[in-house]
Amino acid sequence: MWGSNARNAHPIFFHHALRGVNNGARMWTVDPRRTGTAKFADHWLGLNVGSDIALANGVAREIVASGLQNEEFIENSTTGYEDFVAFVEPWTLERTSEVTGVPVGAIRELAHAYATAGKAQICWTLGITEHHTGVDNVQSLCNLSLLTGHVGRWGSGLVPLRGQNNVQGGGDMGALPNKLTGFQDVEDNEVRAKFEAAWDCTIPPINGWNLTQMFEAMGRGEIRAVYCIGENPVDSEADATHARAMLEGLDTLVVQDVFMTRTAELADVVFPAALGWAESDGTATNSERRVQRVRAAVPPPGQARQEVDIINDLAAAMGDDDWGQPTPEELWDELRTVSPMHGGMSWARLEAEGGIQWPCPTEDHPGSQFLHGRLWERPVQGRPAPFSCVEDRPPLDVLTDEFPLRLTTVRALDSYNTGVQTEHYSSPIRTGEALSISTVDAVALGVVDGERVNVSSRRGSITMTVEVEEHLAVGLCHTTFHFPETTDINQITSDAVDPKSGTAEFKAAAIRIDRLPVAAGQPVSVSHSA
Amino acid sequence: MPDLYFGAADEATAGERTAVAEAISGFGPVVIRESERLVHAGRSRTRERRHLLLPVLHSLQRASGWISPGGLDHACAELEVPPAEAYGVATFYHLFTHEPPTSADTVHVCDDVACRLFGSGKLIKDLRDNGHHVKASPCLGQCERGPAVLVQRTAGSDLTVTAVDGGSSTTTLAASEVAVAIDGANSTPSVTLSQAGSDQLRLLARVGVVDPSSLVDYRAHGGYEALAASLTMGPDRVIDEITAAGLSGRGGAAFPTGVKWRGVADQEGRPHHLVCNADESEPGTFKDRVVMEGDPFSVIEAMTVAGIAVGAEQGWLYIRGEYPVAAARLTHAISEAYAAGLLGADVASSGKRFEIHLRSGAGAYICGEETSLFNSIEGFRGEPRNKPPFPTTHGLFGEPTAINNVETLINVLPIVVMGGSAYAAAGTDRSPGTKLFCLSGRVVQPGTYEVEFGATLREIIDLAGGVPDGRELRAVMLGGAAGSFVGPESLDLPLTLEDTRAAGVSLGSGVIMVFDQDDDMVDSVRRIAEFFRDESCGQCVPCRVGTVRQEEVLVRLSSGSTIDEEQDLLQDLATVMKDASICGLGQTASGAVLSAIELGLLAGSKSGDGGSN
Amino acid sequence: MNETPVSVSTMVEFTLDDEVVKVPDGSTILDACRREGIETPTLCWAENLTPVNVCRVCVVEVEGSRVLVPSCSRAVEEGMVVATDSERVRTSRRMVYELLASSVEMDRADPEVHAWMEHYGARPERMGDRSEIATVAQPVKVQDDLYVRDYERCILCYKCVEACGDDAQHTYAIATAGRGFGAHISTEHDVSLPDSACVYCGNCIGVCPTGALAFKTEHDMREAGTWDESSQSVTTTVCPFCGVGCNLELHTQDERIVKVTSPADHSVTHGHLCIKGRFGWQHAHA
Repeated sequence: MWGSNARNAHPIFFHHALRGVNNGARMWTVDPRRTGTAKFADHWLGLNVGSDIALANGVAREIVASGLQNEEFIENSTTGYEDFVAFVEPWTLERTSEVTGVPVGAIRELAHAYATAGKAQICWTLGITEHHTGVDNVQSLCNLSLLTGHVGRWGSGLVPLRGQNNVQGGGDMGALPNKLTGFQDVEDNEVRAKFEAAWDCTIPPINGWNLTQMFEAMGRGEIRAVYCIGENPVDSEADATHARAMLEGLDTLVVQDVFMTRTAELADVVFPAALGWAESDGTATNSERRVQRVRAAVPPPGQARQEVDIINDLAAAMGDDDWGQPTPEELWDELRTVSPMHGGMSWARLEAEGGIQWPCPTEDHPGSQFLHGRLWERPVQGRPAPFSCVEDRPPLDVLTDEFPLRLTTVRALDSYNTGVQTEHYSSPIRTGEALSISTVDAVALGVVDGERVNVSSRRGSITMTVEVEEHLAVGLCHTTFHFPETTDINQITSDAVDPKSGTAEFKAAAIRIDRLPVAAGQPVSVSHSA
Repeated sequence: MPDLYFGAADEATAGERTAVAEAISGFGPVVIRESERLVHAGRSRTRERRHLLLPVLHSLQRASGWISPGGLDHACAELEVPPAEAYGVATFYHLFTHEPPTSADTVHVCDDVACRLFGSGKLIKDLRDNGHHVKASPCLGQCERGPAVLVQRTAGSDLTVTAVDGGSSTTTLAASEVAVAIDGANSTPSVTLSQAGSDQLRLLARVGVVDPSSLVDYRAHGGYEALAASLTMGPDRVIDEITAAGLSGRGGAAFPTGVKWRGVADQEGRPHHLVCNADESEPGTFKDRVVMEGDPFSVIEAMTVAGIAVGAEQGWLYIRGEYPVAAARLTHAISEAYAAGLLGADVASSGKRFEIHLRSGAGAYICGEETSLFNSIEGFRGEPRNKPPFPTTHGLFGEPTAINNVETLINVLPIVVMGGSAYAAAGTDRSPGTKLFCLSGRVVQPGTYEVEFGATLREIIDLAGGVPDGRELRAVMLGGAAGSFVGPESLDLPLTLEDTRAAGVSLGSGVIMVFDQDDDMVDSVRRIAEFFRDESCGQCVPCRVGTVRQEEVLVRLSSGSTIDEEQDLLQDLATVMKDASICGLGQTASGAVLSAIELGLLAGSKSGDGGSN
Repeated sequence: MNETPVSVSTMVEFTLDDEVVKVPDGSTILDACRREGIETPTLCWAENLTPVNVCRVCVVEVEGSRVLVPSCSRAVEEGMVVATDSERVRTSRRMVYELLASSVEMDRADPEVHAWMEHYGARPERMGDRSEIATVAQPVKVQDDLYVRDYERCILCYKCVEACGDDAQHTYAIATAGRGFGAHISTEHDVSLPDSACVYCGNCIGVCPTGALAFKTEHDMREAGTWDESSQSVTTTVCPFCGVGCNLELHTQDERIVKVTSPADHSVTHGHLCIKGRFGWQHAHA
């Protein structure tokens, strides 16, 4: 488990992982904090925030230096091995330890355990991706699986845990700047031709913008109108002040959501929508690429309408009124004609089988438990997998005397993202937002558990309650981000983004803690967090 | 292993921390903080330490006089046991308390079937009147000299206090004597055997003859000859001799010991265990205590012989928590044996490893059931497991295990020394050897007696001096509370496995408890029902609720209800407990009651106080 | 090359109620009964939990066995002769129901429990007047806005402990404490649920067969007399939180969600959810 607190963020996935542990699987956790997940592990390696690539490169070098690489797999299924070996050569155990803070022996043990295991998986979440090097971080982990052949086989592999229920499905459907439905390249002429024929329209032959690029375009005045569906950037974007200013500067903002979010409050027009999971029919795709049926259990309230209907009516209002009134199943069947990986997933099969994992090209295909099995075919089918030489690049929001503490954002078990949905139920284990700091830092700052303090970064400043946490690494702070109405963490989080993914570096901000005047900073009692 | 939550308001005291550290020394806590950036823990470290929970609970109880929330949290953090689970384990045992102590000592007074014949009710009242913190207790295994008292002390060893010479109608234990014993921290001296020194004795030959604290004296009386002989013979031959001797388990089930050992020895690929079941808790049973107090080295030697024979390197001696004197003597004997090279990595220079771990129970009859005993050692609630699988393949820690009680094991010594066929010359064809019987109740000289199989019930009672003058034998509880009542018409029954089986009764643990014409049998039978109700682990429905309903019927019988009205219900309760309970406790919980009905002991009962003193 | 788990199962032949049948090796007697269409009552068994064989209501008679055996956990052996409806079996099953129903409030138990009690002619009242015999009657525990624990309905089937522990949640907030008839489900030192390790996944409620553990929504509606299962419908959908894709069964009454469960046979959840999936639905009615 690398950069993943699945215990909180993916509890039911973690049940499966623990079943393996109960059966004798060994678990290593790499995370700056000894999380709930890490407490189940045989070994926890507490690396410095943002030093994941350094650790991965060090592990890779140790595997090669000890001759534990899978020569056959490397020879037949990968490219760039020699360059990669030369690239990671400087990452000796000592240097890796120096950069990551992890003891030499532990790096060696991790390398040997991973390389010699019969089966091994690397699971990660936002601890890997919410960095300005997010894509590089992922590639550095992929290198390890290529070195050892722990990929493309049942029980082995790379497991990115999706943070949202249908972020995978959004990608499946083509809600990506560079892909059409079914992960088909926008810039591929044949692909575009297929879709243009099916949809009777012209598709621009260039990739679109990701979210970060869109905000940049708003800043340049190149985007003047935004139609925002089911997203709350006012609360969720890093450097929220900037995001709000961009949205306020638009000519037109249309927001379609199930709640009057803080983004919706800025809109010129709000389309109230039915809840996807309880008031609509359709599908969702989970982390294991399993497409499952979503069904309406209750009618949408008030003026809220099905999103398909809203979009159809909008199309009609824009002058294209021949979209008809397709049922969700008819829409799905249309999708199957243009997306080969969904081709075999009839509505009836999804109903009967309780979900199917793509790719599933034909009706007699059972679906796919894992990907990349082709890498074990001899000769290998398709393009061999390339090693990536990725540089260690520390977080952009650097620590200085003025901002000496590293803040990372984390998730609580009972809350979800900006709390739009989860604030509506009364959780006995909810404790509200607090800034956890180490015992050593608390003493140095002269603050006590429960004290209100001022927390500042290069972007802004907010007031928070301190929670002193024994055994937290010195210099590390963490907080959740579920209560923007009371504690707007994104006033202070880093505005750095990964240019390759557009994801913000939520995991690494530089901050300072200042005591409030005595009267204002009275300690308040803090109830337990489970 | 898990992300546990510790919510106790108060932290562990310094004394509790020390107690926990001592109990887990040699293992250390689960979590190793190698540095602020590297922590080792995990499922395997947790599993390796779970068996320390019971010793840790004993340590906490001893340190503070209760299992405090802070102390329990600290222990749970060290062992990574969830506090709710540890609380579930702690509350399973009667000797652990969960409220702050009001007094340094808790005085447990036995009010079970034997002791209540000899004034335990009055003793309880007197002790309470004198300000002691008193709890009525199930059988304390001192039936030959009741009423018996166990003094559970904070920060000190527990004490056994009894009448010096029990059984007769003239001596009893006064509350003042208990107070004197507590002040002096003295247990009552071990009993003397009326057969002591007789050359007829095989199993009890050294009891009352050797100094139980002296390995030298033990060797001077033939000790460790069997181990030497067994090492020369080798494991296979030892098992062959045990088989040839026809030795069968003395705990009640009479399973052939040779078959059991062979089954364990034949298991390959996993560690084996040898467990000595010294959780002698069957009401009316005290013979193993007499052996452990009087001849502790024989138990250690027998375990060593057995362990090496079945290929075990780890031996576990599980002794009931109410036997402080025996536990102390065994602990001493184990350390002497280690010091003399008779235990450890190289037993008697044989190249074989054998270790013995002594574990104390904490007040739970059910832990005498072999799979409950395993769970208890492993740090779980002492709930029995469903069988199959059997201990031979899935025993302690799920590994192949030979488990024998004390009496069975000490038979191994003469068998190895004299050979199986010579051993089998005593007794009957189908019940070779000798048997220990626990005589209590209305006999002149209660105590432990060793007799050759084949002696009749009458002969054995006569050995104990018979029924006192002026009394008339009305019934005998044979085999323990899990056995049955027999009447005077059974006095000529030879007490062999085959004859008792043919008569539909059981030798059980060798209990012979005699009742006379004045004893209140309804009260005694009700007390037996109460015993099973209290000692049911609560796991399965037939036993958990069935034992309660059975006791309710018996209470109704003693307050006006007639046996005719209750017969059907009692029979149905007996049927479901016998047929559908998980373990022997539930399966035998109705035996004594049904036999009492058949003998007419519950008809024409008298009301009122059961004690005749 | 694509190694996937393949279980090669051989078949075992045995006699079940006078019929010779074959089942895959490793099947329990209960598995075999279900395959052969022999209905068998269970209380402590559930397909998503490890069998604990404590309720003893599924016992059957196996030739050569001194006592009855629990069909839920006893594996079929070659040549075994099993009777599921003998007089001994019927007596023990009836008695188990009588013992339970005389000490526990069973009115909210699954309907099939009542059907079986009728089938076996269980008459719990013959154990004596409720006011004069031991029962587990006690006040209901309402300690937060999500759960209700009503232990006078607890038959001590251990399912909640298993779901809280190694079989699913691994939180271990509850365990069996005490002994004998006094054995009960408890947190450490019986602290209230909000003060315990509980993380409110609700998996204990999901497996409770007698209504001892209930959602507060259900409890409140029952108290108000508005709970009406006959007018409820169940819709299966996918949880809106995180990317694991847990299936939710939304129980709705009068166009409102009243409780959430998950299908025990689904490969993602095996019937188990987290606090968000179990209780996070309330925004649908915000």
